[in-house]
This record gives sequence, structure tokens and C-alpha cells, in this order.
Amino acid sequence: MITDLIDVHAPAIDVQGLVKTFGDNEVLKGIDLTVTAGEVVCVIGPSGSGKSTLLRSVNLLEEPTGGKILIEGIDITDPDIDIDGVRTRIGMVFQSFNLFPHMSVVGNLTIAQRRVKKRGKAESEKIAHEMLARVGMAHKADAYPTQLSGGQQQRVAIARALCMNPDMMLFDEPTSALDPELVGEVLQVMRSLADEGMTMLVVTHEMGFAREVGSRLIFMDGGHIVEEGDPREVLGNPQHQRTKDFLSRVL
Amino acid sequence: MALRRTQRQKLYRYVVYAVLIAVVVWAIVTTDWSRIGPLFFDPEIAAKMFPGIITTALVNTLWFTAVAFAGGLLLGILLALLKMSSIGPFRWIATAWIELFRGLPAIMTIFAISQVLPIATGISGQKLGGPVVLGLIGLILVASAYMAETIRAGLQAVPKGQTEAARSLGMSPFKTTFWIVVPQGFRIIIPPLTNEFVLLLKDTSLLFVAGSFIWSKELTNFAKDATTQNQNATPLVMAAILYLIVTIPLTRFTAYLERRMGNQR
Repeated sequence: MITDLIDVHAPAIDVQGLVKTFGDNEVLKGIDLTVTAGEVVCVIGPSGSGKSTLLRSVNLLEEPTGGKILIEGIDITDPDIDIDGVRTRIGMVFQSFNLFPHMSVVGNLTIAQRRVKKRGKAESEKIAHEMLARVGMAHKADAYPTQLSGGQQQRVAIARALCMNPDMMLFDEPTSALDPELVGEVLQVMRSLADEGMTMLVVTHEMGFAREVGSRLIFMDGGHIVEEGDPREVLGNPQHQRTKDFLSRVL
Repeated sequence: MALRRTQRQKLYRYVVYAVLIAVVVWAIVTTDWSRIGPLFFDPEIAAKMFPGIITTALVNTLWFTAVAFAGGLLLGILLALLKMSSIGPFRWIATAWIELFRGLPAIMTIFAISQVLPIATGISGQKLGGPVVLGLIGLILVASAYMAETIRAGLQAVPKGQTEAARSLGMSPFKTTFWIVVPQGFRIIIPPLTNEFVLLLKDTSLLFVAGSFIWSKELTNFAKDATTQNQNATPLVMAAILYLIVTIPLTRFTAYLERRMGNQR
């Protein structure tokens, strides 16, 4: 069992010397990053800086070219590891929501519970309704994804990930595809998750969220972590020229 | 007099209708129906066709179509998955298969399986299953090649994010394919697959090259023989009507599905 390998004292996420190339293009040039349980780490940076690739590598949606990634002490770059088992412990939320359009909201929330966790129909539906209530979407349990607004879809997507009882959550620009007036409701859900102690790694452009909710901020550029630290410090008093340039463009 | 563009279009349309109706009326009036009519529809001969044209011919046509469709679908799914495989030889086998059976005339494949195979192997056609089975195998090979490409296109039309979402929930590649990709892919390919069914229904008329028994005649073969026997085209006309009764609703259904999917986007 994958759960037997978990080291409770190990960091939630431990990235060591991560290198990723696409063809000749080196997107990540040796990333070291540790996220301890309960931390909310926000990653910012210009597009093409490698921040999404870093996030997607953490649950192996991108296969690392070099380096190691340890999730709760388990090296997921080891080809013999049960990656499906590890992934159930890592919730992932995408920019484009990626709800399953051929299933109702409840169907979206129960399919992995039933087929992966082998929970029964009644139990998985009960959990689904609990998680929907958590994200304020209980009233849309029987709707289909196309009937929901972007903000509602993203809240359902968060609930879907929560149904697997993950130890940590990855957010890949969760509000970038949303109309401005819908951003708030998703950030509100993420904020309440953070308040409940969820370990979170968030790639975002929402500087306000990073400042107020993040316990640490990472600025990436050109495949490197350029600067990291307390969000208020990094945003208010950036040390590197590239950080200053980026922040002057977005703030 | 200056007409507005919409009025001009209306006028043109009425002219076209008028000409069309005139031609049809002229054809009906000038034709010697007492001579031509019985050649194409003689009630006496028509009556003789029952019940065989339904209980044997139509039933065989539908039955052969269903078998060829089901066989072609199963084989087509396998070929589509092989063609999308990351393993080279699997892709090559699938590509060769698809190109071969799509590239040849269907009648040639059926002929090769039913007539050439027994000669090549030295085993009699009867021992290999008889003309009906061999002919259907030929038709299944043809159907599988066409359906493989349709199925592959459908599965690949499912956005990559769907697979990523399923995998990130811990679903295995197989579970992801079975629960997430295939159900969405099939929704996309129902219209082209219905089309394939109609093509296959018509292609069952080629099965005669495999040889047939009296009990195994399908619509075309049945009508062709009856037309020759009676020196009258009535059986052929009846068979044609029976084909259309089956195919037109199916093609209308396809058009409806495509319209509905178009609206959803």
C-alpha cells in the first residue's frame, strides 16, 4: 500500500533539482522547493517562466527530465511507484476547470470516489454533497457543467478534488479563465480552504490573494526561482531587479 | 420596375418552382402509363414477392448489416487504440490494415476472402464456414477499417484536459479511457457512425459475390433473381423502396443529431 510509505515527518512537497525540457527548450533549470504541511505557497512570474510546468510536475502530469520530487517522503520520479495512489493525495485544480461534461455535478464528484477509492454509491454521494456545501454549490448537485458559470464550474472542480480527501491541493491559475466579477467567489473558497489548514501550492496572478492568504511567495523567471519569502516582503520590497520589473508591470 | 433584393429572390424561387412543376406534369401526361407502368409495378408480380421479400430478403439485409456493424465496431475500436498506441509496431499494423481495406473496393475484399482464400489455403470454402460467413468476414474487414478512423478521430477530439483531470484524481489510464474519454468520444462519433451503418447496409448487396443459398439472399440478390425470372422490374422497385424505408430515417436522424450538436457549441 502506498499509504505505508508515507513519512508523516517529511515535507508535503519536496522538489530537488527539478529539470524539465521540451525538445531543445529547457523550461525548468534546476528547481528546489519545499512545501511543509499547512503552508500556502503562491507562485508568480511572467508567462513562460515555468511556473505551470513546475506545478504540473508535482503530480507528474509532466514527466521530469531530471531531479527528484518527493510527496510526503515518496519519490514519485521512481518508475515503480504507484502514481495513481499518490495522485489521490494531491488535489489538482486547472485553469480551464476540466469538469466532465457528460456527467452531472454529482457524477463528476463521485466517479473517482467510486472507481478509485471503491466507495459505495450512497457513501460517495454523501461525501459529494458535503463537499458541494463547502464550496457553496449544494443547490447545483444535479446540474450539468455547461449549465454553470465559470466561477461555479471552478468551485465544483475544487469540490471534486476535495472528495478524494487530499493532503494537499495544487491550483494552476484557477481564476485566469474567469470573468472579473466571478474571480471573488473562487478566491473566497480557496481562502476558506487555507484557513482550514490545507497545504496549497498556487500558481496565480492574483497578487491580493498571494499577499493576504499566502504564507510564502515565490517569483519565477526563465526556469529559475528568482526570489522567495514572505509575500508582503517580496511584493512590497523586492530584492531582485527581475522581480521589480515584473511587479512594476502587473501592480 | 425596380425590385428589392428580397423580392427578386422570391420571384426567382417562384420561377424555379413553376418550371419544375411544368416538367413533372409534362412527363406524367405524355408517358404511356398503360405500357410502362406494369413493367415497373405489376401488382400481380408484386403480390408474389410476399412474404419472401420481407421474411427472407429484408431480414437477411438487416441481419447481415447488424453483424458486419457489430464486428466492424469491435475490430475498429481495437484498431483505433492500436493506431494511437505509443508502441511503433502496433501503429504500423493498424495503419497497414486500415489503408489496405479502405483502399480496396469492398467487393474485391469480399471476393478475396470468400473465393481466393479457399484456393490459397487449399481448404474448401465450406470448411472455412461457407459463403455467408466468409462474405460477412470480408464485410467486417472493410467496415473495421472505416470505423477505426472514425473512432480515432472521435477519441482524439476529446480535450486533453479531460484526461489530465481524470489522471489527477488517481484514475488509471484504463479507467480514464473507459469512463471519461470513450463516453465523450462516442457522443461525437454517433453521426458518422450512423452514416457508416447506412453505407454498410448498402454494401451487403455485394455479398452475392461470396455465393448464396436461397435462404441467404439479401434484398438486392433476391430482387435481381426475381426480376430476371419475371422479366419485369417490379421486384427491383420493391427492393429499392425497402432500402429507402430503412436508410432515409437513419440519414434524417444523423442530420438531426448533427444539428443538435451544432446548437450545443
